[in-house]
Amino acid sequence: MDIKDIIKPENLVYQKTPLMTDKTLSYCPGCGHGTAHRIVMEVIEEMGIQSETIGVAPVGCSVLAYDFMNVDMVGASHGRAPAVATGIKRCWPEKFVYTYQGDGDLAAIGTAETIHAANRGENITIIFINNGIYGMTGGQMAPTTLEGMKTSTSPYGRDLKSMGNPLKMTELLAQLPGTCYVSRQSVHSPRNVRRAKKAIRAAFESQKANKGLSLVEIVSNCNSGWKMEPVASNEWMVEHMFPFYPLGDLKVDGKLVNNQ
Amino acid sequence: MKELRLMKGNEAVAEGAIRAGADGYFGYPITPQSEVMEYLMAQQPEKRTGMVVLQAESEVAAINMVYGAASTGKRVMTSSSSPGISLMQEGISYLAGAELPCLLLNVARGGPGLGTIQPSQADYFQSVKGGGHGDYQLIVLAPSSVQEMFDFAFLGFDLAFKYRNPVLMLSDGLIGQMMEKVELCEQLPRVTHFDRSWTLTGKPDGQERNIVTSLDLDASRQEIHNQHLQEKYRQCKENEVRFELLNTDDAEYLFVAYGSSARICQKAIQLGREEGIKIGLLRPITLWPFPAKPLSELAPRMKGILSVEQSAGQMVEDVRLSAGCGVHIEHYGRMGGMIPTPEQVLENLKKLLITK
Repeated sequence: MDIKDIIKPENLVYQKTPLMTDKTLSYCPGCGHGTAHRIVMEVIEEMGIQSETIGVAPVGCSVLAYDFMNVDMVGASHGRAPAVATGIKRCWPEKFVYTYQGDGDLAAIGTAETIHAANRGENITIIFINNGIYGMTGGQMAPTTLEGMKTSTSPYGRDLKSMGNPLKMTELLAQLPGTCYVSRQSVHSPRNVRRAKKAIRAAFESQKANKGLSLVEIVSNCNSGWKMEPVASNEWMVEHMFPFYPLGDLKVDGKLVNNQ
Repeated sequence: MKELRLMKGNEAVAEGAIRAGADGYFGYPITPQSEVMEYLMAQQPEKRTGMVVLQAESEVAAINMVYGAASTGKRVMTSSSSPGISLMQEGISYLAGAELPCLLLNVARGGPGLGTIQPSQADYFQSVKGGGHGDYQLIVLAPSSVQEMFDFAFLGFDLAFKYRNPVLMLSDGLIGQMMEKVELCEQLPRVTHFDRSWTLTGKPDGQERNIVTSLDLDASRQEIHNQHLQEKYRQCKENEVRFELLNTDDAEYLFVAYGSSARICQKAIQLGREEGIKIGLLRPITLWPFPAKPLSELAPRMKGILSVEQSAGQMVEDVRLSAGCGVHIEHYGRMGGMIPTPEQVLENLKKLLITK
């Protein structure tokens, strides 16, 4: 039997969403960004909201997110994506608006914009990729870099006394009355990808219901920045990142979950 | 029947924006322009026209809200005063780079730094020579009355959309705070059609998505984009120069002054003519593009030109570039929020251009 005999519509079990463009991803092999992009686009496709969605790309590794995401998009300046999204959403309250941001963008330079957009209860969705490092600029220390973690600007490991503590932005945002749905997920295994996608769906559904700001943090690897093989970086992430950034829902339908 | 109202400059520009069909205002309080947002909030324009007004957490957030809102093709604006406008410069560069139309208002105050809250014209360089990074230009309008604060909201939005470029109204604390009679015009409807060639409305089925950005990592394409911007600025220079002449027909001396300084010069001209000194005024209405040609035509007829600004002498550089070397050009100005009197202006014209 030739392979061409198998390629038939009735045999199709999975295909790339048309909401991802055919452009080759600019991310390093092994990085979680590609999977995160895909599941965001799959959710938008499944909800049938492609023609009503406007995305905001950040500055960082995903600065070119608009090359890959097949929806109307705008590139924000560093950290200001929540303000840019606010401007769009206030002008188009009936449309879906999301930002896609890294940890340097959201938790360092854009801390004020993030907290105030959340505190105003802007009805937008934030996808927050946390890999504990500045990937794009070559692996510098991020606000979310763990204690003792070596980066190019903390070459002897992050020293809490002189460099400050890793910032749990997601826990902080969950406390604000303006947020409706807050969750932390990962995309390093098929099971986690399914859970992350479910969380992203819940975030967009929350926006659809006009309930306030929804945020999904995705704890991800940066094998290049962490100077590890992709598989080893995922193992390191499970061992070191997850204890400090535990996975799961932090806030559902405006109510804090468990011990939050 | 004319609708006349006694208004502050800051109120007039806010009312002008509502009536010009603005869709959104994003701002942050700073003296001496806080009345702009106060007036808008009190007017509840979301009920009058559907216009959105939002108080941002900072000028940085405000200009980026403008950037996002402008990308939807709607008519949006912000206002601030000098230190706040400095904070916005990065965002303004992005707006110019991404070719987004919007209206910006600087009710300028004395600097540098936190400076003072009194009027100043020391933000001329920042307004017309760049301000932010990269090769870009703003179209800069200089209102010299409360009426023009109202009128230029309309003109500003029109020019912004004509060229897909930010338009800056460079006012100052004097024009913003003083009260004058304003003739109001009819409410314009808000725009409901959006040009799908560049606006973000959500990608329609079967059509290409739109991307709004100032980034292109390919240097050769970025150069082409820059050439396109420069061509746009050339067209703007050719078509949009605006200025006003006063008493220039028989003038032997010329004031060049804009905004509140032009108002002070009007009185100084009157005082001078009472003493037999024939003075005229060229008032640039567009600071960029600068009225270089009309000034170069007037200059050879003058015994001297005095650039009057509330600064250490910024516009005088453009006056010199435009008027050429054949005429005696001087600058007179006060700084740090001090306003010159008409008598001081006339005295300095005599001192710098006549008795010398």
